[in-house]
Amino acid sequence: MSTGVVEHGHHGPGGAPHVQPLPPAIGGRHTMGSVVDAIGDIATCVRPHPKEWYLSFGAGFTMLGIFGLAVTYLLVMGVGIWGINVPNAWGFAIINFVWWIGIGHAGTLISAILLLLHQRWRTSINRFAEAMTIFAVMCAGMFPLLHMGRPWLAYWLTPFPNNFGMWPQFRSPLAWDVFAVSTYFTVSVVFWYVGLIPDFAVLRESAPTKIQKWIYGILSMGWRGSAYHWRRYEKVYLILAGISTPLVFSVHSIVSFDFSVAIVPLWHATIFPPFFVIGAIFSGFAMVLVLAIPLRKWYHLEDFITEWHLDACAKVMLGTGMMVCYGYFSELWMGWYSHSKYEWGTNFQRMFGPYGWSYWCLIFCNFVAPQVLWVKKWRLNPVVLFVVSIIVLIGMWFERYVIVVTLTREYVPSTWGRYAPTIWDWATFIGTFGLFFTCFMLFVRYVPMISMTEMRELLPKRAGGRDGHGIAEGPP
Amino acid sequence: MSPPNGNDRLYGLLVEFDNPDALVAAIKRTKEAGYTKLDGYTPYGIAEVCDALGFKYSEMSTVMLCGGLIGATCGFIMQWWTNAIDYPLNVAGRALMEPFQWLDGWPSYIPITFETGILTCALTGLFGLLAVCGLPRPHHPLFNVPHFAAVTRDRFFMAVEATDPKFELAATKDFLLGLQPLSVAEVPT
Repeated sequence: MSTGVVEHGHHGPGGAPHVQPLPPAIGGRHTMGSVVDAIGDIATCVRPHPKEWYLSFGAGFTMLGIFGLAVTYLLVMGVGIWGINVPNAWGFAIINFVWWIGIGHAGTLISAILLLLHQRWRTSINRFAEAMTIFAVMCAGMFPLLHMGRPWLAYWLTPFPNNFGMWPQFRSPLAWDVFAVSTYFTVSVVFWYVGLIPDFAVLRESAPTKIQKWIYGILSMGWRGSAYHWRRYEKVYLILAGISTPLVFSVHSIVSFDFSVAIVPLWHATIFPPFFVIGAIFSGFAMVLVLAIPLRKWYHLEDFITEWHLDACAKVMLGTGMMVCYGYFSELWMGWYSHSKYEWGTNFQRMFGPYGWSYWCLIFCNFVAPQVLWVKKWRLNPVVLFVVSIIVLIGMWFERYVIVVTLTREYVPSTWGRYAPTIWDWATFIGTFGLFFTCFMLFVRYVPMISMTEMRELLPKRAGGRDGHGIAEGPP
Repeated sequence: MSPPNGNDRLYGLLVEFDNPDALVAAIKRTKEAGYTKLDGYTPYGIAEVCDALGFKYSEMSTVMLCGGLIGATCGFIMQWWTNAIDYPLNVAGRALMEPFQWLDGWPSYIPITFETGILTCALTGLFGLLAVCGLPRPHHPLFNVPHFAAVTRDRFFMAVEATDPKFELAATKDFLLGLQPLSVAEVPT
């Protein structure tokens, strides 16, 4: 234990304790103070930000400008500027909505489910993964909002007493979606903020300027680390993790109901909720890696986001990727086994129809490319991992694309049509990247991107930590 | 509130340690010596500190359970009342069999019931935590001690409050110095 190696003891079949050593969750030789300095000084700008920060922020902000342009033109002209048409009434809006919200799910998985499972490697990546969740859900929310055509009437979705005498139709998955996504966003923000309170207290004391002290002081709520407060705090944090876990499953299940409640062939399937949830986690972990790999390099955080973390993320990505591929196989199998000519025909259209190229892109990105992650050497290679993650993100986007263009060829050939996005569809989609990266880069700049509180708890006892004991553990 | 022993300009005594085990041992000894109004201050939550103080179970689980149940109930009633009573919709998820007709299509109300339950549970958690802990409180007397700032960094503190019936400035200070802390400081109010 003195080497900082976290060990998990459990009893083997013979009853003898079998200790399987895990890699250290924190590299280097850190003390409590050096953890605070290494992470906190980035947020308080004591350490200068690398030029890559300015480049990323600049790129994000430029794309945010494109978003502003696209939305302004949309509000002037209406949704007719998009490529949507009658067989394909949602088009890019729902593809991108599902894609973004799926990305968000990995943040909740890391912060909540891995907390409950006592996975210590979650600790250094949970904070920015949660931030990723919040910003991804914001981007996701843009699409249904803008697709309404008159976003300023979005409050009509809520059950408010009105003089039309009308209420939302609560038996529609679209109404469920409103509640699911807004709850998900709010709970994610609460969870993130609760985790941040003690860290804001750290910055309140360590920030160099008066205005920073003042702002972090307000955000920290006057947190003073009282033992009574800690016990309540940890209980709240644990319960938030507990409720976020079913929440994340419910949100993407409800998103999948948007599709599976319809009678479109290959949509009307019971596999949709688990298939969607797993796909969400798959793409979310890819995004976590896309963000973590450059960040750890730019800010020299290799001691906190170690190779073990990358390896673990890659394994989760590989595992969930295989489950997603099982979903593809299952769709094909059910199409054949059901003896429904529509199911089978739609499968055939998917693979060899006018949009067949997108199906094979999907198979390459989500099935073929992640296979390299079976090799440990490649899992530990940040460049390989980064490239695979980008491919997976593209693949998961194609998955939703393939699902949505199914509408162009379903039951009756007279309803068949084509769908193609316009430049404004692309501008809106690219614009949401701007929203995401602008927010994310501001987060990196002003908020500790790794939990200083939990990292200190992870330190070995000789360095003032608790070897990670107590994380997510209630009273004895 | 003025303390019974007349130390109305003093919040208490603040004792500093550099590791959690020393703090836990100190709290145990102070408790044994008969002090009751004390608290530990740590950079991260340490279960042993709280156990030594005798605060075994947090009330927050009850608070959040109540919040969640209230939200879920309100969510269900909202849907049922709007779609079955105020403006009945005879679509999807019907339950037309007596005697459950009054329940209408309740299964389709479950997703939103669940979501509102989670939402209120989380919000009660955040606001309940702040309320129960008496936060936000940016000007606590402990912040008058400059080196208390290190509680957010790498120091562990124990405060014995002046409202403690056993508190006598000189005697308590002697006792606390016997615990071999890094420092003992008087905390002005």
